[in-house]
Amino acid sequence: MSEVPQRQAYGQALAEYGEKNQKIVVLDADVSTSTLTSYFATRYPARFFNLGVTEASMVDVGVGMALGGTIPFVNTFAALLTLRACEQIRTCVSYARTNVKLIGGYAGVSDYKDGPTHFATNDIAVMRSLPNITVIAPCDNLEAARMVPLVAELDGPVYMRISRAVVPDVFDSSYAPRIGKGVILREGGDVSLVATGTMVARSILAATQLAERGVRATVLALSTIKPLDTELLAQAARSTGAIVTAEEHTIMGGFGSAAVEALAAVEPVPVEMVGLADNFAETGPDPETLMDAWGLSVGDIVNAALRAIARKAH
Amino acid sequence: MHLHTHELQETIREQAANIRLDVLDMVYRRQAGHLGGSYSAAEILACLYFHQLRIDPANPSLPDRDRFLLSKGHAAAALYSALARRGYFPVEELATWGHLGSRLQGHPDRIKTPGVEMSSGFLGHGLSIAVGMALAQRLSANRFHIYALMSDGDMQSGVAWEGALTAAKYLTSEVTVIMDFNDVQLDGPGHEIMPLEPLRDKWRSFGFSVIEIHGHNILQILDALDTALDIHSQPTVIIAHTTKGKGVDFMENTAKWHGSVPSEQQYLQARQQLTGARDE
Repeated sequence: MSEVPQRQAYGQALAEYGEKNQKIVVLDADVSTSTLTSYFATRYPARFFNLGVTEASMVDVGVGMALGGTIPFVNTFAALLTLRACEQIRTCVSYARTNVKLIGGYAGVSDYKDGPTHFATNDIAVMRSLPNITVIAPCDNLEAARMVPLVAELDGPVYMRISRAVVPDVFDSSYAPRIGKGVILREGGDVSLVATGTMVARSILAATQLAERGVRATVLALSTIKPLDTELLAQAARSTGAIVTAEEHTIMGGFGSAAVEALAAVEPVPVEMVGLADNFAETGPDPETLMDAWGLSVGDIVNAALRAIARKAH
Repeated sequence: MHLHTHELQETIREQAANIRLDVLDMVYRRQAGHLGGSYSAAEILACLYFHQLRIDPANPSLPDRDRFLLSKGHAAAALYSALARRGYFPVEELATWGHLGSRLQGHPDRIKTPGVEMSSGFLGHGLSIAVGMALAQRLSANRFHIYALMSDGDMQSGVAWEGALTAAKYLTSEVTVIMDFNDVQLDGPGHEIMPLEPLRDKWRSFGFSVIEIHGHNILQILDALDTALDIHSQPTVIIAHTTKGKGVDFMENTAKWHGSVPSEQQYLQARQQLTGARDE
């Protein structure tokens, strides 16, 4: 387990990268001490714009800044960014293909203490339905930090969701993420656990538990949800014949749906989806307990794997 | 303040008349489009494209070009006419509006159409985008002015007033809002649907310098645009009182002509009126 929350890894990486790339500007909607763009704000006050609770306008201001030649990172809570400012994103970022980097903090249920109003559980569904936008959910601190330069240097709009929580480490320092490329974390022939964001670490734990039962699982980290690494996904489906998807998000329209859509076309195999069902979850004592209570536990992944294996044609 | 010669005003008057005729042909040919809001903006667009904007159609990406944002994107046909006549693309291309494969979309598209600075369609975006351009400019070596043409419909949207808050915070005098205040919207008179008055007071209290003009008076438009450039302490709004459907008697001040298409008889009648006005 990392010592610091994912948002801190992101915030510090953004501040560090801001030194190297003077084109970076950062916009926030009065939550910079939550998203932790405050690190950037302190170091580069002239390139930091706190626009108060004007999320919709903030996205449009970011659009103007992109058209003016800077590279704007537009930050607020993921639910506000992707829902309150959705039309701005659709028309002025997605359709107009402006080089705006949308960073949604407090992703999933990580803002456990504030409850469902603050959860972002359909942001992936909304963002992946918009053409031209790359959608990323880093699975640990290292990946969140190392994505910052890649997101900045990609020519085009990006949506990246960042957890408020302390999340387990998945990668060691040798890892160099690539946008659009998944990673095989573990190989086994019985079932593939494919996960995004914070559910990657839980899928690794699930694979360990499955191994104790004699079930060998492949684990894939698919941190880029769009464009999805369909090739790696299809390869896992072919070699194991059963898939479990896992995401800290509703199963309706999100990462699992993206995987199912891709597999339906190239390698239809039994798929079980782990994620929030059609609900808002609830306020909880901490992110882990909350995830466990609402269908996102390691045990839920294990059970889904066993169901998927049972559905394989013999 | 520059002296605006009679000759200049005459040129602009002709271009405004050309815009109206082009838009009539475009909407009639396509059997779709927005005449009323294009006609209320005709003189404003002509003043911008044939005098005010520091732009070069041969180099549409010059970093220090002035930016024009058509926030009221439904006046797309008028913008396309102005761009074509200013030399961004052939005037004949206006006939392709709405065809599959055309560079001219129903509403402005910055990717497809040369000279279009930003895509627009749904109302409210222009001011915030203009403010963003101003803030980006300050971090660069380029110096340019940004014009956002907003409608009364634009100013009913919350996001537009959020943009005004931000413009005031950063004192973006690089931005001039021109408000095409025709007081008629899709469903009826603006003051009945959602009143904006007292508009001058609203803009003032939001930190804008306010100039109020007759929006079809070319000299007043030109003078106001010049005055706005001389105000360096705050953003400026030019409230241009206009007439929706201006130039065709049966279209003026009626909500019906927000998005209606003329019959053949109406088309011929409108053409006669507009041609007569042009050749006066």
